[in-house]
Amino acid sequence: MDLFRWTIHEASAALRAGRCTPAELMASVNGRIQAVEDKVHAYVSVAGDAAVQQASSLNARNEASPLWGVPIALKDNLATQGMRTTCSSRILEHFRPPYDATVVSRLKGAGAVFSGKTNLDEFAMGSSTETSCMGTTRNPWDPTRIPGGSSGGSAAAVAADACLAALGSDTGGSIRQPASHCGIVGLKPTYGRVSRFGLVAFASSLDQIGPLTKDVIDAAILLKAIAGHDPRDSTSVNVPVPDYPSLLNGEVRDMRIGVPQEYLQVGIQREVREAVRNALDLLAGAGASIREVSLPHTDYAVSAYYILATAEASSNLARYDGVKYGYRAEPVEDLLEMYRRSRAEGFGPEVKRRIMLGTYALSSGYYDAYYRKAQQVRTLIMRDFEAAFDVCDVLLAPTCPTTAFRIGEKVNDPLQMYLSDIYTISVNMAGIPGISIPCGFDDGGLPIGLQVLGKHFDEATVLNAAYAYEQRTDWHRKRPPL
Amino acid sequence: MAYETIIGLEVHAQLKTRAKIFCGCSTEFGGPPNGHTCPVCLGMPGVLPVLNREVVNFALKTGLALNCRINPFSRFARKNYFYPDLPKGYQISQYEHPLCEEGFLNIDVDGEQKRIGITRIHMEEDAGKNVHGEPGDPYSYVDLNRTGVPLMEIVSEPDLRSPREAAAYMRKLRTIVRYLEVCDGNMEQGSLRCDANISLRRVGESALGVRTELKNMNSFKHVEKALEYEVRRQARVLNEGESIVQETRLWDVERGVTLSMRGKEEAHDYRYFPDPDLVPLQVDAAWIEEIRASLPELPDEKMQRFMTAYGLPQYDAEVLTVSRELSDYFEACNRAAEAPKSVSNWIMGDLLRECKGDDEALAHCPVKPEMLAGMIRMIEQGTISGKIAKTVFGEMLKTGKTPEVIVQEKNLVQVTDEGAIAGLVDRVIGDHPEQVAQYRDGKEKVFGFLVGQVMKASRGKANPAAVNKLLKEKL
Repeated sequence: MDLFRWTIHEASAALRAGRCTPAELMASVNGRIQAVEDKVHAYVSVAGDAAVQQASSLNARNEASPLWGVPIALKDNLATQGMRTTCSSRILEHFRPPYDATVVSRLKGAGAVFSGKTNLDEFAMGSSTETSCMGTTRNPWDPTRIPGGSSGGSAAAVAADACLAALGSDTGGSIRQPASHCGIVGLKPTYGRVSRFGLVAFASSLDQIGPLTKDVIDAAILLKAIAGHDPRDSTSVNVPVPDYPSLLNGEVRDMRIGVPQEYLQVGIQREVREAVRNALDLLAGAGASIREVSLPHTDYAVSAYYILATAEASSNLARYDGVKYGYRAEPVEDLLEMYRRSRAEGFGPEVKRRIMLGTYALSSGYYDAYYRKAQQVRTLIMRDFEAAFDVCDVLLAPTCPTTAFRIGEKVNDPLQMYLSDIYTISVNMAGIPGISIPCGFDDGGLPIGLQVLGKHFDEATVLNAAYAYEQRTDWHRKRPPL
Repeated sequence: MAYETIIGLEVHAQLKTRAKIFCGCSTEFGGPPNGHTCPVCLGMPGVLPVLNREVVNFALKTGLALNCRINPFSRFARKNYFYPDLPKGYQISQYEHPLCEEGFLNIDVDGEQKRIGITRIHMEEDAGKNVHGEPGDPYSYVDLNRTGVPLMEIVSEPDLRSPREAAAYMRKLRTIVRYLEVCDGNMEQGSLRCDANISLRRVGESALGVRTELKNMNSFKHVEKALEYEVRRQARVLNEGESIVQETRLWDVERGVTLSMRGKEEAHDYRYFPDPDLVPLQVDAAWIEEIRASLPELPDEKMQRFMTAYGLPQYDAEVLTVSRELSDYFEACNRAAEAPKSVSNWIMGDLLRECKGDDEALAHCPVKPEMLAGMIRMIEQGTISGKIAKTVFGEMLKTGKTPEVIVQEKNLVQVTDEGAIAGLVDRVIGDHPEQVAQYRDGKEKVFGFLVGQVMKASRGKANPAAVNKLLKEKL
């Protein structure tokens, strides 16, 4: 039997029943990684035998934890003690943190096993995994296409059954967009729901860690395991964490579902629009009430985002200076040359572009025109959502305007690349939770994602709406022919 | 041309909290290089700062003591620049929304009180230290032990009108932060640092002139000297019809001059923006009241109390309240001696001469308050004379023995027995007929000489009042 095809909840049931051991399961996943990695290249580092060792040395079966013995992949911008954490950047190519990210220690505590570290756009800056210095990850559904990004490695690994589930990070759509392109489930929690400690920062006010899974139940299980206040992250909020899996009932009767009219207009692929319309019909048939809503400031979201995110990034990435760790150009004549060359040689072109954009936006004389104005836009975007949630419980929208594009198609056209996140970026600006679930395929057989958005800290309703749809369809059971 | 001097000071005070401002590392000075560091203060990837509440408490104490408005909402911001001793590539500070604003501090110059405005007080983290190798060693080293040690920046209004006022302001500020026990106030070691903005304007004008910023003044004396130099330099430049260049200048201690460090054009663009890793700091009324209730008696209040409760002159009260340690010493001593002016005289004279105004020395001084009190009591009771007391004080300093033991051992008890003194008086009158005759002829000055002779004969132990009385009678 192909154990690697299991979901978390299937594996957990088998492990509890003693039908297999964590080591057998991990070995099965390792076999799968070996079989598909050449075609997909989802991983930057594969734990391999070390993961089987970790699985065999787990403490006695933990009945309470649904993650006990379950192989999970980690995006390579999550700090793992003693395990290389590269952010797919040359500047951190050999960096081994002396600490675990809080999500990593929580998963360890729950008995999860780590299959390896997955590929990403360099420092999570990109929508295709093409800016990685570790090579491009391929879409398991079509290896000539991108898997999405920046959590492209995590999404491809889950879609290719090269792990049971994975963690990613989402700053402007980096979990949901690749989940959509790879035909899996990807959840970005509310900003503050999950500790960012140990997540290598791209844009601190937007970054959030979340699960990429084979179905909604798994997303609920993983979220429950990683969520909650962390004294090491002041921006993590101290609110109770509901027991998400037990709240899933698939019931949407009288649920008020809003459809942002701005998200279904020009520029959207025909099949994507149709798939979303069909999803709405299905949920209406299940008793939900559907209404159109407006998010009037949507047009400004991408511009404002690229000011705020790059401003924060320009500062967050200043620490990579060749002094303490990471890449250092040598030999150099003086300090300035060390800074210049270490950063010029250590960072790739997209990272440099964003550092320059952000530095410019924060410069004296430009701050008010750019940064402050973008913050004001951010407030307006938040208010748009607040108004929508006054009359709706969740919003439904496409995750991306198109299905996965071809490798190389947009990599030299940053503006086109940035626009592929047009439906996901506002969600990070507002800090609300959003999930992407599979909702069909285009004419070429590429997966389409449906996005469900909810109120701050109301992941439970988001998950339940997604679960209701999932229960009535079987898109999530489709696997790429690898 | 007559000019008015305008000075504003920016003071950095290192807060003596146990832990650093954004991590749990020790703030202790020294230790092996990078021994007091962790991933957070080393600026490693993915780590996050968490604000130490004690730092806020210390800044609040200072804000309240300096009569500031406490902002219920304040925020941290990033100040971005590259330097090896700054591991994150930015310093976390406060910029648009500081914790405290609009306070004041009273200083005393030449007996006149003056109120100096405090613009703001904010919290920030200190940077580390670059260490350059010995000659022949091509490397430079970075020690990040100091990185993340909390600092408080106290910015004054441009209210100071002379280098002396600036020095008085610094002294008063030091006294206050030390009273509050938030900073040890050591300028030489850099736990209290001062930058000055200074400009001149023609008397009668209201617009401010172009200013220069002075750095590297690491004692009160140097603050005053550097500013005095800069006043003369600016006046010379203006008198020559030239204009002042806005720039940062370093005080050169050796040469006693200020030298240009960088001009306005080379000034950094720090690209300040709110730090998204730290939530806005909210300070509610209850928190402020809790801190207010914990404030000790401050120097100005204490000085007033010393004047009213002990009847001390203002000068005494001011000297005695310059530090908490000294005023505690006074009060402990007076509690036992119950002779405020006498205690004050001994402290301001003999004790401070020994301790040179240094609280460290005062703490280690062998003459404890009870010992000084014991000695003063012996004077008051006539057991020893003031003159003998000087000897006793010296012995206490040298040996740490109590005055009672010293007086006993050295047999210094004052002779008050009139019979014994009368004998000595008779002997002196007999030995000095010439001087006795002169006195009787009206040469009163000779009386002092005769008293001296009696005292000498008693080896200083005779009660001077009794000697006076008996000598007068017998003559």
